[in-house]
Amino acid sequence: MFAPPRRRARKVPPDEIITLEHVSKSYTRNVPALNDINLHIRRGEFVFIVGDSGSGKSTLIKLLLRELVPTEGRITVMGYDLVRIRHGKIPKFRRNLGIVFQDFRLLKDRNVYENVAFAQRIVQTPGREIRKNVPAILATVGLAGKYKNKIRQLSGGEQQRVALARALVNKPAILLADEPTGNLDPNITWEIMRLLEKINENGTTVIVVTHNKEVVNVMKKRVVTLRRGVIVEDEEEGVYRDEED
Amino acid sequence: MRRISTFFYTIGQGFRGLTRNRWYTLASIATIAACLFLFGLFYTIVMNFQNMVRAAEEGVSVTVFFNEGVTEEQILAIQSALEQRSEVRKVDYISADAAWEGFKEGYLGPYADGFTENPLIDSANLQIYLSDVSMQPNLVTFLESIDGVREVNRSEVTASTLSGVNRLVAYISVAIIAILFAVSIFLISNTVTIGISVRQDEITIMKYIGATDYFVRAPFVIECMLIGLIGSAIPLAALWFLYGQATEFIGGRFSILSNLLRFLPIETIFERLAPATLIIGVGIGFLGSFVTVRRHLRV
Repeated sequence: MFAPPRRRARKVPPDEIITLEHVSKSYTRNVPALNDINLHIRRGEFVFIVGDSGSGKSTLIKLLLRELVPTEGRITVMGYDLVRIRHGKIPKFRRNLGIVFQDFRLLKDRNVYENVAFAQRIVQTPGREIRKNVPAILATVGLAGKYKNKIRQLSGGEQQRVALARALVNKPAILLADEPTGNLDPNITWEIMRLLEKINENGTTVIVVTHNKEVVNVMKKRVVTLRRGVIVEDEEEGVYRDEED
Repeated sequence: MRRISTFFYTIGQGFRGLTRNRWYTLASIATIAACLFLFGLFYTIVMNFQNMVRAAEEGVSVTVFFNEGVTEEQILAIQSALEQRSEVRKVDYISADAAWEGFKEGYLGPYADGFTENPLIDSANLQIYLSDVSMQPNLVTFLESIDGVREVNRSEVTASTLSGVNRLVAYISVAIIAILFAVSIFLISNTVTIGISVRQDEITIMKYIGATDYFVRAPFVIECMLIGLIGSAIPLAALWFLYGQATEFIGGRFSILSNLLRFLPIETIFERLAPATLIIGVGIGFLGSFVTVRRHLRV
């Protein structure tokens, strides 16, 4: 029996913030959700990850969040080795990420202010700073006047803005957005995308997982296309290509 | 400083959780209160019943009469030997004169004047009260083996009935209390589990944002302990109030049985019931939430 060949560790460029090397993830023995993925994302990039349902996008996001561990390969995010990281260190790692979901995932029994302040509480920001930071970030996402509203009183677009404010209030280095406009109408979609672009211009690395062909094609950003768990395309200023294209 | 503020924040969140999830809070408190009320009620009944049986047992005695010629000194020596035995609670010496006086008072009244001498001259006796009536046969065998003992009077039926009833009550009460205890634990921990499972989204969100396990768990644990505390305080208060009313009512209605119906003071019952109930309520709130939240922390 021969041991599998050891891959020589690649030297990581200093501006690389996310590194996936030969990453595979299988939920069952025979069908890998991701198969030998290599992906390198630099600090300050705006990246779309596109692909059909079942292409492995959600698995990729879960791996980046360290909700899942790869079956094979190595993932490094901001210097954290996500394969070897200890359970107790995961919260500290996640504080470097801002996360936005398609279904917003807000605490519905709390108001807008409390939802955003909650993220600051977690990182033990002093109360005085919370009272300063939360209104400021709510103003950035255009919700300054609605901080007392309950989540149920907000439209879908407004809820996504709250989610964005919560994701940004701790000034994360990376913003992960999983189908952030999936539940929104076209006008609101563009508002949210412009906000994401503005956030990216301020230096945050933005990774958007989306199905929205129009958004991807108009914005002319880096596009990583996944198909059946494999990266089939990765191009700067790319477009969304279906399997038929 | 930050840690202190986080500590107070989590406690505050625990309290706020009670009002945020009002229906869950009410349902949990009601479940815990109902279980612990039944537990407390049964415990109270059993304690009183055992107390009544014990009181009846205390009245059961064995009387020993002696042969003619046995002196008072010899009887007193036997008395002190008996007092050393573990099953004996108390030994009273009734002299022949005292026996006659008691008989006169109890049965003859004014007709006693016709007697010039004590007709019960050989009736000096020892009255032996047992600490455990089930040991009566052993004691009787021992008494009958003593030199100078003429007769040993005892009520075997009373003693065996009482010790049988006592044993039966003890077995049944242990079984029922154990069942009620297990049912309470099952229902309460189920309520806590359901309440937390419903809020799994909240836990997941907290974990995604970067909350530590402590930060996620502490408010839930505090909330569930508070629910447990309130849920155990309500049945205790209800039992305290109802016990006074019930004993007064029964005492008034069945005054003819006042010798038998000897109720324990509520303070005596609460000496064990109150801490046990509070420990069950708060303890299950703590353990249930701690274990259940941990199951959802692997995000």
